[in-house]
Amino acid sequence: MSEGKQPRRHPGSPMGRMQVEKAKDLKGSLKKLASYLNPFKWYLFLVAILAIAGSVFSIVGPKILAKATDELAEGIKNMMLGADSGINFNYIGKIILLLIGLYVLSAAFMYIQGYFMSNVATSVSYNLRNSIMQKMNRLPFSYFQKNSQGDVLSRITNDVDLLEQSLSQSITQFLTSVASIVGVFIMMLTISWKLTLIALGMIPVSMILIIGVVKLSQKHFNNQQKYLGRVNGHVEEMYGGHVVIKAFNGENQAVQDFEKENEKLALNARKAEFLSGLMMPVMGFVGNLGYVVVCIVGASMASNGKITIGDIQAFIQYVRNFTQPITQLSNISNQFQRMVAAAERIFEFLNEEEEKDENVKYRVKDLPIQGNIRFEHVKFGYHPDQVVIKDFTAEIKAGQKVAIVGPTGAGKTTMVKLLMRFYDIKEGAIYIDNYNINNFSRQDLRTLFGMVLQDTWLYNGTILDNIRYGKIDATDEEVMEAAKMAQVDHFVKTLPNSYHMELNEETSNISQGQKQLLTIARAILSDPKILILDEATSSVDTRTEVLIQKAMDKLMEGRTSFIIAHRLSTIKNADLILCMKDGDIVEQGTHEELLAKGGFYANLYNSQFDKVS
Amino acid sequence: MKLLLKYLKPFTLTILICIAFLFVQAISELQLPNFMSDMVNNGIQTGGIEEGAPDAISEEGMNLIQLLMDKDSQSIINDSYTLIEAGSSKADQYKSDYPAVKDKNIYVLTETDQDKLAQTDKAYTQATYALTLSLEDMAGEINAAQGNTNSNKNANLSDVDTSKIYEMLPYLTQLQQAGKLDKYISLAAEDDSMAAGQVSTTFTRIFYKELGVNLEQIQNHYIIIKGLQMLGLALLSVVASIVVGWFATKVATTASKNLRKDVFKKVMSFSNAEYDKFSQASLITRSTNDIQQIQVLILMGIRMICYAPIIGIGGIVMALRTTVSISWTIAVAVAALLILMIAILSIAMPKFKMLQTLIDKVNLVSRENLAGMMVIRTFGNEQFEEKRFEKANDHLRKTNRFIQRTMSFLMPAMMLIMNLVSLLIVWVGGKAIADSTLEIGDMMAFIQYAMQIIIAFLMISVIFILVPRALVSAKRVQEVLDTELIVTDSHEVQHLSNPKGKIEFDHVSFRYPDAEESILENISFVAKPGETTAFIGSTGSGKSTLINLIPRFYDVTGGRITFDGIDIRNLPQKELRDHIGYVPQKGFLFSGDIASNIQYGNSEATEEEIWKAIEVAQGKDFVEEFEEGIHTAISQGGTNVSGGQRQRLSIARALIKKPPVYIFDDSFSALDLKTDAALRKALDQYTHDSTVLIVAQRVSTIINADQIIVLDKGKIVGKGTHKELLESCEEYREIAESQLSREELA
Repeated sequence: MSEGKQPRRHPGSPMGRMQVEKAKDLKGSLKKLASYLNPFKWYLFLVAILAIAGSVFSIVGPKILAKATDELAEGIKNMMLGADSGINFNYIGKIILLLIGLYVLSAAFMYIQGYFMSNVATSVSYNLRNSIMQKMNRLPFSYFQKNSQGDVLSRITNDVDLLEQSLSQSITQFLTSVASIVGVFIMMLTISWKLTLIALGMIPVSMILIIGVVKLSQKHFNNQQKYLGRVNGHVEEMYGGHVVIKAFNGENQAVQDFEKENEKLALNARKAEFLSGLMMPVMGFVGNLGYVVVCIVGASMASNGKITIGDIQAFIQYVRNFTQPITQLSNISNQFQRMVAAAERIFEFLNEEEEKDENVKYRVKDLPIQGNIRFEHVKFGYHPDQVVIKDFTAEIKAGQKVAIVGPTGAGKTTMVKLLMRFYDIKEGAIYIDNYNINNFSRQDLRTLFGMVLQDTWLYNGTILDNIRYGKIDATDEEVMEAAKMAQVDHFVKTLPNSYHMELNEETSNISQGQKQLLTIARAILSDPKILILDEATSSVDTRTEVLIQKAMDKLMEGRTSFIIAHRLSTIKNADLILCMKDGDIVEQGTHEELLAKGGFYANLYNSQFDKVS
Repeated sequence: MKLLLKYLKPFTLTILICIAFLFVQAISELQLPNFMSDMVNNGIQTGGIEEGAPDAISEEGMNLIQLLMDKDSQSIINDSYTLIEAGSSKADQYKSDYPAVKDKNIYVLTETDQDKLAQTDKAYTQATYALTLSLEDMAGEINAAQGNTNSNKNANLSDVDTSKIYEMLPYLTQLQQAGKLDKYISLAAEDDSMAAGQVSTTFTRIFYKELGVNLEQIQNHYIIIKGLQMLGLALLSVVASIVVGWFATKVATTASKNLRKDVFKKVMSFSNAEYDKFSQASLITRSTNDIQQIQVLILMGIRMICYAPIIGIGGIVMALRTTVSISWTIAVAVAALLILMIAILSIAMPKFKMLQTLIDKVNLVSRENLAGMMVIRTFGNEQFEEKRFEKANDHLRKTNRFIQRTMSFLMPAMMLIMNLVSLLIVWVGGKAIADSTLEIGDMMAFIQYAMQIIIAFLMISVIFILVPRALVSAKRVQEVLDTELIVTDSHEVQHLSNPKGKIEFDHVSFRYPDAEESILENISFVAKPGETTAFIGSTGSGKSTLINLIPRFYDVTGGRITFDGIDIRNLPQKELRDHIGYVPQKGFLFSGDIASNIQYGNSEATEEEIWKAIEVAQGKDFVEEFEEGIHTAISQGGTNVSGGQRQRLSIARALIKKPPVYIFDDSFSALDLKTDAALRKALDQYTHDSTVLIVAQRVSTIINADQIIVLDKGKIVGKGTHKELLESCEEYREIAESQLSREELA
């Protein structure tokens, strides 16, 4: 499907986590994210208040505790000097009770805040996932030709996951960090402006160190990602081709190549991990530095009686609390960047242009459609500058069979895709019973069609569910009736749980041929006016193939059918043969007409069976 | 776990170095509160004067305190101090420190022996305490005598002038001679509270003041020295932790590198049976993600798992050294934390495990939707799919919400415990301070130790989350490494001297590992050089399996296969495969270019030979169309060429080997009928001396084969040429009739 275009190599590989991606349109993405957050604005408001209140309450703690320490110090001095007043435990007890109240409240606030925030985060991601899913079903086919499946999948899982985590963490952390910084700053000021100045002096120091470490490690981290990608790519490729490797004795070469990449990876990983590991100790040192300076200055101030012991104790705690939120903020900014980048990818997808139904004039159920089809000067190309179908005109009567033949990769499914409006034609028109297909809504138009493809798509559900897929509101009886017509009833009854057998996630617990039969049953149930069939049954055993053939014949009775034909009998009996080459219809006519013409078809036909004749 | 130990073993020394430095880091971290405690106790509360005997004291002062000593203490003190007479030559050198030496005789502390110094300190401390006690009594008596009930009981000793005390010297001497001071001496000796130490510093201050010592300077000096020591410790700690980081990253990245290499090597030696067992996707995860997880575990393991107990136990030891009386508070804290952690983990863990399944389910539905887009739209089932997705999504949301809620309880609860514990320490510590069994600075240090212990527990809780995940990874990697190879080279190898390529199956049966039934039973046939042997049959009939037995992708479970008469199990795998040109079912190309892919069959092939092989494989047309010809780049998996092109290139890759045996495992089905026909024609000439084995779906592909073997359910049901089989073999006829028209059959 995606010729020429290289899909993203490792969409959303879990190692992507350390890379900070920059958002292209920060404001736009945030705005859209805000619209998803809007229904929860009262929650968020409450969360903000609780987070701020919670952190303020815990910030006041040390300052109040300082009073208790001071009382102890004072009491001791008195005792030492023989005064009998001693330590006032009544007073200390009151302070402690007050603090218990504060701390419990603070913890309660933080918990309630987290509780609400988890509601918001999980709901937002739930809504986003649903939106992506809905979007997926509304995007034109061409989108998926340009973008890999992995890319879409990665948005629905990795990006939404990242967003969810960031939402629940970074908003709270941001609020509490800012509240802490402001709160701690104020509390420090109330103790001593001199000491506060010293503590503030630590900020530039820590900033410089943080930026230095980040800058150093970032480069190596990117390298680590790069080499990790290479090693993973090599592993993927080699495991994928292991049969070939074994057959050609390529194991040693593979291991040698691997070792080269592995060596580079280890070297870069070591540098990256070491450098990024510097952050913690360095920040710890900055913290200790502040601690020591405060101790020195504070002690000399206390000796002059300018400050109490309790205040020093409180201040030391504040200094420790001051550096932590600053480090945290720098982490949050990284996380925030990643969150916005993820949001951007999600919204980029959600913003893709959807298939639009314009000029809807008819509804299928209002019309007595027979199944006559007319192509009139159809012109089409997947890319604007590359026209593959130049000028195609044909008329097919209701109930006729059209065989599409041509070499692999000739674009045999193109016609089908045009007919069902998976792609829109550039020029010309296609009519069904004289109604231009562009005047139906896509979904409505497609109800006319049934489809049995070589790539049998079934889903993780029971056999009953899977056949019912052709007509969601069909009763069990209708489903089984269709199953009988499609020759599946017999084999289904031999399965454990029969119709209620659950197909596994890879739908590999029934054989390829059985799957094909199920898709035929599905198509019979949907009772379409027009059929699309792919005859290629290369991976089906011959006996099942006979069954499939019978079922398909049954299915085609009385319906206009387009058959991607491989079987000569089908081709010969077709009312019209379309010969495809390089995406274009090079010849059309009946078997005899085309043979007589002695062109592409005649050549194709003869070359295949020349040895027989 | 075993795996980890095995891969960490070469780094035992490095890890020991790490642990040693972790100790350095832990000790420095733990010492910091101690220094802070000194800073508060001595630096602030006693103005930088430490407990114990002063460095110098005036003669009068000496006389005073000696009054309050027993004989033993007096002699200790006398030994330790040296008299410096005022105005003497020696006095000059003490002038700067003790200006009063100009006109006063002073004693200076000259003892250097640590034990004796300790005794001196004790004697001095007790004497000053006894002095205080006696002075308090006297003050009380005086006040009582004067009827002054409102006296200043809080007389601040530090303001007391020494001259006033010395006025009492004669009176005290009388008391001493009368033995009236003995009770104070014994009282002071019995009291082991900390009050005495604090009193001694007060007196030292008084005596220093008398000597004209610059007290402020002493205090500043003390604070700065302690501060620098603290800074030194902090620096030591950061250096230690950087060293740990250096070695730990070395261990982690090297160990995971070795592990990755071993896993890769092992997987490369796997036969198809082992691949089937694990599935390719799972093997990829095991070689990449799982090992990455292990790397993280090792790194964190050294930095945290080793550090947490050191700092935790260290914290406990330090806390106990500070004071035993309130240590139970730490036990309370630890117990509370443990209960909290166990409770939360036991609530959240089951849901955590469920989470992955739910994510997989959401992924599955999205994947199904992407893959089945055409079908979904054809049947107009978009809404149905959306509902199906919503259901899976809702499950995920609910579980996620539950986990997040539970986890959001953890942090506030931990903080609460930390805060409550420090309050508890203040309360209990306060009582201890009131009883003079604890000093304030020590209490403050104790709070910090408690916090360090709690943080160690927090680290351990992180480990609880990290370790199980990584251990699962380790287990998965271990499974790969432990897998016993099914296909191995025999001990008694034989060699092919001049291979002809005659392949004979002699009553071969084969059963997949763990399968209940054999997939091939009693297969016997001979494939001769120069002939084409073809296999046809329904899916599951075992034809691909059969052909994969020849290059020993699997080994037979019954009977034997011979290559020129030698049992292939006695041939080295490498040698055997050198003589086989194999084309797999799915055309697989490596990243590189067309030439490199074809040279994979024969690295010495010339450009001419490459073109020849491509031509035979019917690839000349399309390769020539590429601008860069055979140097056209091939992306990973060969995704930039079509399926048919891929298949033809992989045929060319086998052809260039020119081996005696060719195996085409259903290699033609990706080709259109025309190309198929042309290819067969060209192949006939190219491979004329070789044994050719072809698995096919289409009768037309094999119609001219010298020998067609029809398989059904693992047994041979027909053997012969097309013509013979049409008459003799019902299964063959069925296949042929479904594919060919009546005229062609005739």
